[in-house]
Amino acid sequence: MTASATSAPAASAALPPRRRVRLPFSPWHLVLIPATIVLIFPFAWLLITSIETPAESLHFPPILTPHHLDFSNYPQALQAAPFGHFFVNSAIVAVTTVLANLVLCSLAGYAFARYRFVGRGLMFGLCMATLMVPFQVTMIPQYLITKWLGINLLSSVGINHIGALILPNAATAFGVFFLRQFFRTLPIEYEEAARVDGANRLVVFWRIVLPLSGPALSTLAALTFLDSWNNFLWPLIAINHTSAMTVPLGLATFQSAHSTHWTLLMAGNVMSLIPILIVFFAAQRYFVRSVAATGLSGV
Amino acid sequence: MVIFLFGLVPVAWSAVMSFQQNNLFSPNTPFVGLANYRQMLHDPVVGQAIEHTIVYTALFVPGTMLVGLFLAVAMNRKIRFINFYRTAAYATMAISTISEALVFIWLFEPTYGIVNYLFSLVGIPQQQFLSSTSEALYVIVIMTIWGWTGFAVVIYLAALQGIPAALTEAAAIDGAGRWATFRRITVPLLSPASLFLLVWLTINALQLFDEVYLATGGEGGPLNSTTVLVFYLYQQAFGGATFNFGYASAIAYFLFVIVIVVTAIQFRIGRRLVHYRS
Repeated sequence: MTASATSAPAASAALPPRRRVRLPFSPWHLVLIPATIVLIFPFAWLLITSIETPAESLHFPPILTPHHLDFSNYPQALQAAPFGHFFVNSAIVAVTTVLANLVLCSLAGYAFARYRFVGRGLMFGLCMATLMVPFQVTMIPQYLITKWLGINLLSSVGINHIGALILPNAATAFGVFFLRQFFRTLPIEYEEAARVDGANRLVVFWRIVLPLSGPALSTLAALTFLDSWNNFLWPLIAINHTSAMTVPLGLATFQSAHSTHWTLLMAGNVMSLIPILIVFFAAQRYFVRSVAATGLSGV
Repeated sequence: MVIFLFGLVPVAWSAVMSFQQNNLFSPNTPFVGLANYRQMLHDPVVGQAIEHTIVYTALFVPGTMLVGLFLAVAMNRKIRFINFYRTAAYATMAISTISEALVFIWLFEPTYGIVNYLFSLVGIPQQQFLSSTSEALYVIVIMTIWGWTGFAVVIYLAALQGIPAALTEAAAIDGAGRWATFRRITVPLLSPASLFLLVWLTINALQLFDEVYLATGGEGGPLNSTTVLVFYLYQQAFGGATFNFGYASAIAYFLFVIVIVVTAIQFRIGRRLVHYRS
């Protein structure tokens, strides 16, 4: 921490604007414009390459402005790999995972927050312990369990089925912990009043607690969605068939099949990026608030 | 139930497996005691992987924190286009590791890549980047710093906006210059956010896998020069035809212990240096 402090060059961080010399524009633009160019350039270059002809892309010095727009890379990429199919798989996996997390984590979180039952402390402690464990420690047993479930119980949650991407993430210790902490901040008087009026516990949960939990639930939904959509290692292990691949895995497979065909690769890349960028920009507020919330509550 | 099945059971199971000889060639899985762990001591690739993991973490974590702090400070003001600047940084959060890897392989392509072109403009000789054993890991560092910028900016920006203007104004009235105010007021008040980033980024850096796999075509190369611990673990378990689950589990547990120890040290040191506002 101290290391980051000493060498940070931006000195006038939090000074109020009234002390600044009046320029026609803020001098911070001179810092922010180049920084933004560096941040955006990979996106821009990706887009430019995707509409170049293969000959233009393999040219040195690189051609920054293509002479004519060539969109044929897109249908070609679609023909070479079923991006629409990957997209549907990713969407099913992400949406189902989000819904499952909202239901299961909120129920479990509420139970931990408000109910007294035997073994509550122990169960919550065990749940928290799994938060500490890196995925790599559990991935091999998770693979074996998934394989076993698929063979012996239900083939749609087994290896090479998208169910295998949903079930292990259907409830997360993080989600339970996060919602429990939130439920504990709600004033208990509302719930008690409803109970006195004769509502049973599920009704209280459904009618009183959930409507008050919008911010926490949307935060969990946003984080779960991004995690699920961009997950790579687990799908890489669990899925081999093209039919069950998600967007990241499909794109990686596409890459190894066309490793030097840059225009085609970038067209595929653009197509896989557009859906998630649209979702991200549409819900940017929630994503940013979610990440900020983990940061502020994290330590 | 789900957390139990996919959370707790596997932890115990892989602990057991790390003491077994468990691969495709052994139909029953005999206990072999510490043999898997002993094998790690004599495996030269494990040594390399540890070295690469340390180098990567030592560059990636401070790099991301500095870039994040710098940009957050620059963006913590109400000027024109500020929302555009912020969105540009946030957008890096949405991009998947494979999209990121594909773009960076192309940017750093040795023959036609644009980075080599920029180098040629300022007279730097052409580099091999991801095809070079001495440069590939650094390209991955740059790539992941770019990918995590949005995250670090969000964390620091949220923390900066939590600092009351009264504090920095008071310092200014007392005659503190801008740098002194930043150094003595802002940075200490940001220390909880810094500790969070330090811990979070380190945990993620120790578990680096996606970028290595994707930027090196699943090889960890050239010549193992980017093989980090998790990548080697993956290779042992799923990369070849042998399914070396026992040995891979031992590597996983070794990593687990490292993560716990490093995190504990960071919290311990952090507790002394972090200033919480009461």
